[in-house]
Amino acid sequence: MSRPDVVVTGLGATTPLGGDVASTWDAMLAGRSGVSALTQEWAEQLPVRIAAQLAVEPSEVLDRVRLRRLDRSEAIAIIAAQQAWADAGLAGSDLDGERLAVSVGSGIGGATTLLAQDDILEASGPRRVSPHTIPMLMPNGPAAWVGLELGAKAGVHSVASACATGAEAIALGLDIIRSGRADVVVAGGTEAVIHPLPIAGFSSMRAMSTRNDDPERASRPWDRGRDGFVLGEGAGIVVLERAEHAAARGARVYARLAGAGITSDAYDIVQPHAEGEGAIRAIAKAIADADVAKRDIVHVNAHATSTPVGDMLEIGGLHKALGDHPVLSATKSMTGHLLGAAGALESIATILAIRDSVVPPTINLDDPEPGLTLDVAAHKARHMEIPAALNNAFGFGGHNVALVFARP
Amino acid sequence: MTRDEITTGLAEILEEVAGVNPDDVAEGKSFTDDLDVDSLSMVEVVVAAEEKFGVKIPDNEVQNLKTVGDAVSYIAAQS
Repeated sequence: MSRPDVVVTGLGATTPLGGDVASTWDAMLAGRSGVSALTQEWAEQLPVRIAAQLAVEPSEVLDRVRLRRLDRSEAIAIIAAQQAWADAGLAGSDLDGERLAVSVGSGIGGATTLLAQDDILEASGPRRVSPHTIPMLMPNGPAAWVGLELGAKAGVHSVASACATGAEAIALGLDIIRSGRADVVVAGGTEAVIHPLPIAGFSSMRAMSTRNDDPERASRPWDRGRDGFVLGEGAGIVVLERAEHAAARGARVYARLAGAGITSDAYDIVQPHAEGEGAIRAIAKAIADADVAKRDIVHVNAHATSTPVGDMLEIGGLHKALGDHPVLSATKSMTGHLLGAAGALESIATILAIRDSVVPPTINLDDPEPGLTLDVAAHKARHMEIPAALNNAFGFGGHNVALVFARP
Repeated sequence: MTRDEITTGLAEILEEVAGVNPDDVAEGKSFTDDLDVDSLSMVEVVVAAEEKFGVKIPDNEVQNLKTVGDAVSYIAAQS
């Protein structure tokens, strides 16, 4: 039996740029920043007082009682999954639940629930701790809720690979369909940890931008003035489907998920490999898996988080693995870094770039690093034919994931 | 506190915790079968009721509180 093709038939997202995919994509193409000052009282004492917060609060979409039992990361995963499901034309369909799987992960999980309930424990004692605490903070919570929402009975999976999570969850979805375990996989990532503790933790690592007086210019991948990433929150979900299954029901196809490459560095718990060796292997594996010619991969949505070290290592890796022809985007310049949701949101941007023949801009790239030897669509979107494109995602722990999407 | 006042207080809790319409809350209604309160939400209702009415409702009593009326009687006897 030959390997089945896998296509993308639905997209959903709620992000710092918009409450859905269309508004997020419009804002990206317009080069808008989703980063703003944190005006909450708790932010006053922090060295970092900026973040990319959701454009649309979950309370505008889900009812109050439902939200009581959901961690914010779970709520937005459900919202994005509902959108993707409807977008795929599957709402109200008679799809067999035993042929539907879910692969949705988070980088950090229900940390804000954990911290809020710990405050209650300390202040009021154990009897006041919510009975919803465990299902709200468990790392498989977002995947499990999405599975419940959609009636998925072929397995609900929760990948956790830090900032590579969203991309790895999509790669797992590809494997699930190829292996024949499901016809449809709802896949992606979610993250909502804009809270003093995660900010203080990342900030103690000196990983975050402290450009507090100029939020919209704080996330500036490949720019010489970059000083760290900007924390973002949001969820991105795609509907992956066996191509023949999609064709049989007449589904609209955005793109083909042509291939995936996953490697690990075995080098350092947080530092990327000094020569980007693991990243290069991931990109090479994805290209080989995709069976797409390198010259057809003309666009890369890079991981590029705006940290001093990582941004340039990726450039070296792309040179070695792909060549010097692709046009890059770092959409984190606009969305901030959505950690476990980043790879999913950026996959959506990559898919839409292919569909609309346009490379989204990288904003704030005013003073490019001399080593930035690949072409970047700086400041403005660039219209060009894109037969295939690559999305990279790397994470603390030495995770490297590369995905190749191609025209259907 | 009258039985009606306790019922009204429970209705407020049920609305807050489980989204139950206060008009649906009456002594004869079963928490699970009529008002659709699941087991985790029932824990929240009990803890909120303890706070609101200044009573203790031990876990082994909760299983006997099938209806709103059962809860009203228990709370009335304790307070």
